[in-house]
Amino acid sequence: MTTQRILIALTLAASLGAAGAARAAEGTPVPPAQKWSFAGPFGKFDQGQLQRGFKIYKEVCASCHSMSLVSFRNLAEAGGPGFSEAQAAAVAAEYKIKDLDDKGEAIERNGRPADAFPAPFANDRAAAAANGGVAPPDFSTLAKARTYERGFPWFVIDIFTQYQEQGPDYISALLQGYKEPPKDFVLPAGGNYNEYFPGHVIAMPPPLSDGQVTYDDGAPQTLAQYAKDVTSFMMWAAEPHLVARKRLGFQVMIFLIVLSGLLYFTKKKVWSAVH
Amino acid sequence: MTTVSSAEHTRRDFLYIATGAVAAVGGAAVAVPLIAQMNPDASTIAAGAPIDVDLAPIAEGQIIKVFWRSKPIFISHRSKKEIDAAKNVQLSTLPDPEPDSARVKAGHEQWLVVVGICTHLGCIPLAKQGEYEGWFCPCHGSAYDTAGRIRKGPAPKNLLLPPYKFVSDTKVQIG
Amino acid sequence: MHGNSTYQPQSKIGQWFEKRLPIGGLIHSSFVAYPTPRNLNYWWTFGGILSFMLGVQIITGIVLAMHYTPHVDLAFKSVETIMRDVNYGWLLRYLHSNGASMFFIAVYIHIYRGMYYGSYKEPREVLWILGVIIYLLMMATGFLGYTLPWGQMSFWGATVITNFFSAIPGVGETVVTWLWGGFAVGNPTLNRFYSLHYLLPFVIAGVVILHVWALHVSGQNNPTGIEPKSDRDTVPFTPYATSKDGFAMVAFCILFAWFVFYLPNYLGHADNFIVANPAVTPAHIVPEWYYLPFYAILRAVPDKLLGVLAMFGSIAILAFLPWLDTSKVKSARYRPLYKQFFWLFFAVCIGLGWLGAKPAEGIYVVLSRILTIYYFAHFIVVLPLLGIFEKTRPLPNSISESVLGSKA
Repeated sequence: MTTQRILIALTLAASLGAAGAARAAEGTPVPPAQKWSFAGPFGKFDQGQLQRGFKIYKEVCASCHSMSLVSFRNLAEAGGPGFSEAQAAAVAAEYKIKDLDDKGEAIERNGRPADAFPAPFANDRAAAAANGGVAPPDFSTLAKARTYERGFPWFVIDIFTQYQEQGPDYISALLQGYKEPPKDFVLPAGGNYNEYFPGHVIAMPPPLSDGQVTYDDGAPQTLAQYAKDVTSFMMWAAEPHLVARKRLGFQVMIFLIVLSGLLYFTKKKVWSAVH
Repeated sequence: MTTVSSAEHTRRDFLYIATGAVAAVGGAAVAVPLIAQMNPDASTIAAGAPIDVDLAPIAEGQIIKVFWRSKPIFISHRSKKEIDAAKNVQLSTLPDPEPDSARVKAGHEQWLVVVGICTHLGCIPLAKQGEYEGWFCPCHGSAYDTAGRIRKGPAPKNLLLPPYKFVSDTKVQIG
Repeated sequence: MHGNSTYQPQSKIGQWFEKRLPIGGLIHSSFVAYPTPRNLNYWWTFGGILSFMLGVQIITGIVLAMHYTPHVDLAFKSVETIMRDVNYGWLLRYLHSNGASMFFIAVYIHIYRGMYYGSYKEPREVLWILGVIIYLLMMATGFLGYTLPWGQMSFWGATVITNFFSAIPGVGETVVTWLWGGFAVGNPTLNRFYSLHYLLPFVIAGVVILHVWALHVSGQNNPTGIEPKSDRDTVPFTPYATSKDGFAMVAFCILFAWFVFYLPNYLGHADNFIVANPAVTPAHIVPEWYYLPFYAILRAVPDKLLGVLAMFGSIAILAFLPWLDTSKVKSARYRPLYKQFFWLFFAVCIGLGWLGAKPAEGIYVVLSRILTIYYFAHFIVVLPLLGIFEKTRPLPNSISESVLGSKA
């Protein structure tokens, strides 16, 4: 029976990696394009949104999904959710971190800002065993690891519009994409029907529902808002220097345009002698 | 005069050729460790050594999976019905024609040992599923029969057979 | 390198040094006094852009190597550390990963420019072949580098590409095991790929020096395809070519920066943000965009060995281009038929690139086959015959006449 379970696990895991190709084959709808504060050349993360998204991660997602490349200190870094260093330290202290004491005995101590977010399971196999055979994917790079096929001519247009938000659009759609399966659809045991998931059978049960997480800032406590907030948070976790990147990009662009303009006129001046 | 000079030439040519040949041998000898170092090292070879699998606990109709050289290997204890299904196939209808007898070892027809990697794009197929009740690949829908032969879908070839032999009736050595 | 012995350093120290190592004279004759055809257009600036990109890749690569760890358990993490924690690490890494793509954009323009204006023809055959060698080395370097982040596409791309060698009859499996240093792509593979990825750019730099040397022996081709005849046909490299190349380079940097800062992952693949997992195959393994036409050729051939041969052949055939093109006229400007076939060939390559990204099934396979056949036919049938049958336009007497004529 374990064999079968491993097989199901591997299958589901394989289909997780299989975004594009399967999608085209099975008529999966295209995730609707959302408005993201971090899109476009001047995009910035919305601090309040990242804080709400972090709250969802902490209260809901973190029970299954690790985020091992992100540290507590990152919460207080520029371009992120905008927590103070004290707040980040306080968050860290809520977590227990495995360590060794002076005698080499395994202990658990309170987290420090320098620690990475501890994983909910001891290892991947434990994670898989506890979740119907599939280890829930790590959140650290997930927003960049998910996409959907853009197809022609969109992939050309995207170069000019700077559309880079396939991952967030897909994740946000997925979180809201749980539905009753169509009548003739055979749903394997342990699977859930999701409109946007390639192949439609996803191991993750619907994670979010209206009113599940309490917001302190008066934002609507709806599934749509939750999906958007946690997705933004995931995008920040995957690309923490996005804001710095776009800001520096603008400066570099200005510089290059000025320099190329100067060079153009220099070239013209030089060549005027021979023409 | 001319004969002397040509004899000298011959002797000198021999010296040049001998020197060149010895140098070439030395050069080739140096190349040996440089090329050989890229082959699997001792620890890798040890980890990839043949494995023994005890077949006794595998009930009829059951399929187990073992790993050899980090590839999944399916060992299927086929039922009479499954063997008959594999034998009663018009070979000319198969995309990659192979009789059932070429898929198993003589005298051990109930045991099918295949590499569990779809020959299409390397996904791992699901056991006892699909139209032919052998394996079914969830990625692109390749269906294999109870002899691990491709019957339908995009995969070009039958599931590969790993090198293996029967050590005894209830023990198989893969590798 | 171009027999200009008039260079004399101004300072005493300079003269003392020049007498012992005439490097000043070399630079002066190669990059200052060197005569360039006066009619070179902007397509001729890509040689300079390519040298610049090679420099960018080597410099960013060396600093990335200071932070990268070539081990299957740590490679993905070390790349993420570069992206998250290393000072400006995200910038250096995005410069390097997008720089590879920019390098290939520039090299493709450079190659097509050579094809359009017949730059491979006598006396530039060796120059052209050195270019083909550089291109091959670039492909190898790009492939090795794409393996290093150890994401899913890194791993499976490496698996697919190294398996090409298993098509060699008889010894294929042995060769692949030797390449891997194991029974699958694994830690030994990653380590040697890293070592070679570090080495090859310097080999490229070496061949680039030969390429530039050969260029300076034969002189540059130009849009008319006729050789300079007098001083009126040329201008000194500095300041004319330098100022034009400088402008083009910075303009090219705008494109580069557009990708680095605003679309850093556009040219990559989402699956490479998932750490390599030998037990799970991505549903759809695609190489980097710059290999796609060759990938389409590989998959167009139903036989594995022949497919691999066709793929390598499609690159190797470029080396024979100087002899396959039988026309005496270089530039497509004066070859009305060749001009059309050139654009058709260009469209076929784009088409193959598009097909390389599509799954190998149904209509895509049929189209790939048609385009693959045309790709080879262009070299083996079209070019030899065109040289015989094409009626070319009259050539101008000299470069200066063509320039001044078009002005008047």
